Amino acid sequence: MTDLERHEYDVIVIGAGGAGLRAAIEAREQGLRTAVICKSLFGKAHTVMAEGGIAASMGNANAKDNWQTHFRDTMRGGKFLNNPRMAELHAKEAPMRVWELETYGALFDRTPDGKISQRNFGGHEYPRLAHVGDRTGLELIRTLQQKIVSLQQDDHRETGDYESRLRVFAELTVTDILKGDDGAVSGAFGYWRETGGFVLFSAPAVILATGGIGKSFKVTSNSWEYTGDGHALALRAGASLINMEFIQFHPTGMVWPPSVKGILVTESVRGDGGVLRNSEDKRFMFDYVPDVFRGQYADTEEEADRWYKDPENNKRPPELLPRDEVARAINSEVKEGRGSPHGGVFLDVSTRLPAEEITRRLPSMHHQFKELADVDITAEPMEVGPTCHYVMGGVEVDADTAATSVPGLYAAGEVAGGMHGSNRLGGNSLSDLLVFGRRAGVGAAEYIAALGDSRPAIRDVDIDRSTETALAPFRDASENPYTLHSELQQKMNDLVGIIRREEEVREALEMLDGLDERAESVGVEGNRPFNPGWHLALDLRNMLAVCRCVALAALERTESRGGHTREDFPGMDPQWRGVNLICTLDDTGTVQLKRQPVPEIRQDLLELFERTELSKYLTEPELSRLDAGSAESAQGSEQS
Amino acid sequence: MSYDAKFKVWRGDADGGTLEDYTVEVNEGEVVLDIIHRLQATQTPDLAVRWNCKAGKCGSCSAEINGKPRLLCMTRMSTFTEEQTITVTPLRTFPVMRDLVTDVSFNYQKAREVQAFSPPADLQPGEYRMQQVDVERSQEFRKCIECFLCQDVCHVVRDHEDNKPAFAGPRFLMRVAELDMHPLDTADRRPAAREEHGLGMCNITKCCTEVCPEHIKITDNALIPLKERVVDRHYDPVVWLGNKIRRRGA
Ligand SMILES: Cc1cc2nc3c(=O)[nH]c(=O)nc-3n(C[C@H](O)[C@H](O)[C@H](O)COP(=O)(O)OP(=O)(O)OC[C@H]3O[C@@H](n4cnc5c(N)ncnc54)[C@H](O)[C@@H]3O)c2cc1C
Ligand code: SF4
Ligand code: SF4
Ligand code: FES
Repeated sequence: MTDLERHEYDVIVIGAGGAGLRAAIEAREQGLRTAVICKSLFGKAHTVMAEGGIAASMGNANAKDNWQTHFRDTMRGGKFLNNPRMAELHAKEAPMRVWELETYGALFDRTPDGKISQRNFGGHEYPRLAHVGDRTGLELIRTLQQKIVSLQQDDHRETGDYESRLRVFAELTVTDILKGDDGAVSGAFGYWRETGGFVLFSAPAVILATGGIGKSFKVTSNSWEYTGDGHALALRAGASLINMEFIQFHPTGMVWPPSVKGILVTESVRGDGGVLRNSEDKRFMFDYVPDVFRGQYADTEEEADRWYKDPENNKRPPELLPRDEVARAINSEVKEGRGSPHGGVFLDVSTRLPAEEITRRLPSMHHQFKELADVDITAEPMEVGPTCHYVMGGVEVDADTAATSVPGLYAAGEVAGGMHGSNRLGGNSLSDLLVFGRRAGVGAAEYIAALGDSRPAIRDVDIDRSTETALAPFRDASENPYTLHSELQQKMNDLVGIIRREEEVREALEMLDGLDERAESVGVEGNRPFNPGWHLALDLRNMLAVCRCVALAALERTESRGGHTREDFPGMDPQWRGVNLICTLDDTGTVQLKRQPVPEIRQDLLELFERTELSKYLTEPELSRLDAGSAESAQGSEQS
Repeated sequence: MSYDAKFKVWRGDADGGTLEDYTVEVNEGEVVLDIIHRLQATQTPDLAVRWNCKAGKCGSCSAEINGKPRLLCMTRMSTFTEEQTITVTPLRTFPVMRDLVTDVSFNYQKAREVQAFSPPADLQPGEYRMQQVDVERSQEFRKCIECFLCQDVCHVVRDHEDNKPAFAGPRFLMRVAELDMHPLDTADRRPAAREEHGLGMCNITKCCTEVCPEHIKITDNALIPLKERVVDRHYDPVVWLGNKIRRRGA
């Protein structure tokens, strides 16, 4: 290979969003020579789009908040299918990770006593989201980006070279993770988007921080980057994906005009007082409070409205139920003919807050609707409907170290699975990125220290194979990658979308067989420099692999829970609560699905909940074990 | 509702290129980026363009539309008449890579040259206290999405390639101002603003402010106050020290 550029690092971080940058900062601070790779320019990753805030129980707005409460809310939101250890670490460490950002230069909105202000969000018992207006993701990414620059300035002072220990490779796409003879990670292979030239990275540790999969769906809040690359890279490297059936459809995406359909309308609109109404002007969410949440949400509009001023003595408005509930409710209203003119429902703040307040608290929403839809949200309601937003499923990792089952391979952020169970609470992603991004950096450092000098070597056959696969689309063939992509998006939306049925999911699997076959004859025009058709052709194989996992898992799980709703199995089944669905690739490259038990929730964590609440989620045997355990620990404390 | 629009799009690379003519369908509510995507999908699959969020949040899709620096995703087709020919060209101030994609590495170099946030050494995470009124000024500048449209339009570098080494451009002069106004930053940023970042070369034409998609008042709120403080310091360094101490104590 004459045109192969080679680099050597201790650790390679794939992804420059919140998770990747936090991992890179940690790795560099642990003394590792670190490379960060991303498909876009530095500072443009998806994290930049996050709006509402970052969840951490700092207790600035309500002193009663603590990690236990945050843990409880996270488990409830995920319908108890979360990896409990991840949810615990996340709740405990999020405050420190947010405070750290201030030392990097972040400027959050403040409380009157000068602390970080915290806002209400769906599913969070107390105001918990640190925020900067409605552009929190921008603040997060810029802060981490500037911290990276600051570390590079330190290195420059010391070595005369900004990039001696930490380098960002922007607009470079990784297409394969490579392994040595013993099956441990040896590096990664990719191409520069600008030139099309191939690049080989040798490194004993790779951290995947590639984000989500939303670009496989037609209506989505996600950008072109979200083609599930990290999920597919992990699968092909031999790691497993967990619970890919759980996909979050955010209840409020724009529905009009068509070209912006799917763009997110932040949940802060509801957190700050916005309400949902149908075409009959009814606040319909009161009709959709499910049993497990009865008692925690207001029954009347009067009580709900009082809550904003006096949350101690009133229950929360049902507009702030977890996202899966709100999205399904909107879906039903539209289906039953009570939707808005363009097929959504109305979200209104204009009658709820003074105009100045709206432009101060929700500046980018105001801007977005004004510029893209000619709607002034201070004067009229918005039209909104569900949009594919986030994937709860992802690469299976060890909670403490973010390690996958492949030695040297780590995953953090949206690409990792387990933390959010069947449904993620708003604000819990940004905190997840920081907590587990940092842990992945530490995990990789420990692994490399233990490895000593015996680093796995890259095999020439792998380089040849990666090169060949990457060049394959430059063949004389007839399938257009754009056509295949739009068919995939439409079908996934229709068949494995917010509401699922057995026959439809089966149809989706057949459709995927067909697309897999046609993908073999995708041909692209032009040359290698900055060729979007070629890029899409390569992303397509990742999307197809990931969509198959989603469909297989959606077919297998015969219940409805969080981000997986089966019309033919509408109830939540305690038997299924204990089951994770795991996808791997077999030797022939075919996806295999198996069931695996969810890690047990430790007794002390279970005891954070009332028994009556647990009885809504756990099976009888689980409950009797809990009771036996409680009796034992009560006895234990009597004796000591 | 839909009609066929006439487009001229610059195609080429570092060695040169031309404006190519296209006729392409436009539907209600679309933005220029939608049209570029339709060209990719139906007529010219290798047309190079940068974009990410398609919602004006990431600052990737900067280009020039009829000669004006704009975000492709925030320029609605309804701002043009159906007869109008729409010309899309890459940012002029930066070297072309391919089609609408330019090499913006100049901006990343300049970002690196601005000394990072320097917090007080004794302050631990969790101990930071700042008032909303004191953070608001810097927060305005942190709305910046780094689209580099202001960098593209500023005549100091747009018309004078040779000024590039000595001039950070509005975006990064604003970054200096942002840190200078940060209630807890301890560094004196004024000497560098003049001597390293070329603050003096800005003659407050406000073209940068006019193109900023985030409507940040770059000139009035960042550059002019920074210039004033630099002059202040020139005569009286004690004023600066006094300012910083007062702000921290508040
Ligand atoms: C509109 C919107 C609003 C949101 N608001 C909130 C919110 O208020 N609070 C909250 O907690 N969460 C929010 N979320 C969710 C949250 O923003 C994301 O889950 C999170 O930012 C994902 O971060 P990440 O670090 O995992 O990945 P990203 O930030 O998406 O970064 C992925 C990175 O991986 C790179 N990459 C991908 N594939 C490759 C490859 N093959 N080779 C090289 N690089 C690659 C990309 O270039 C990118 O740099 C929101 C999401 C959206 C879409
Ligand atoms: S105001 Fe200054 S920085 Fe802005 S465009 Fe004019 S000269 Fe350039
Ligand atoms: S200041 Fe405005 S125009 Fe300049 S880069 Fe930032 S957002 Fe773009
Ligand atoms: S695509 Fe993000 S600003 Fe246009």
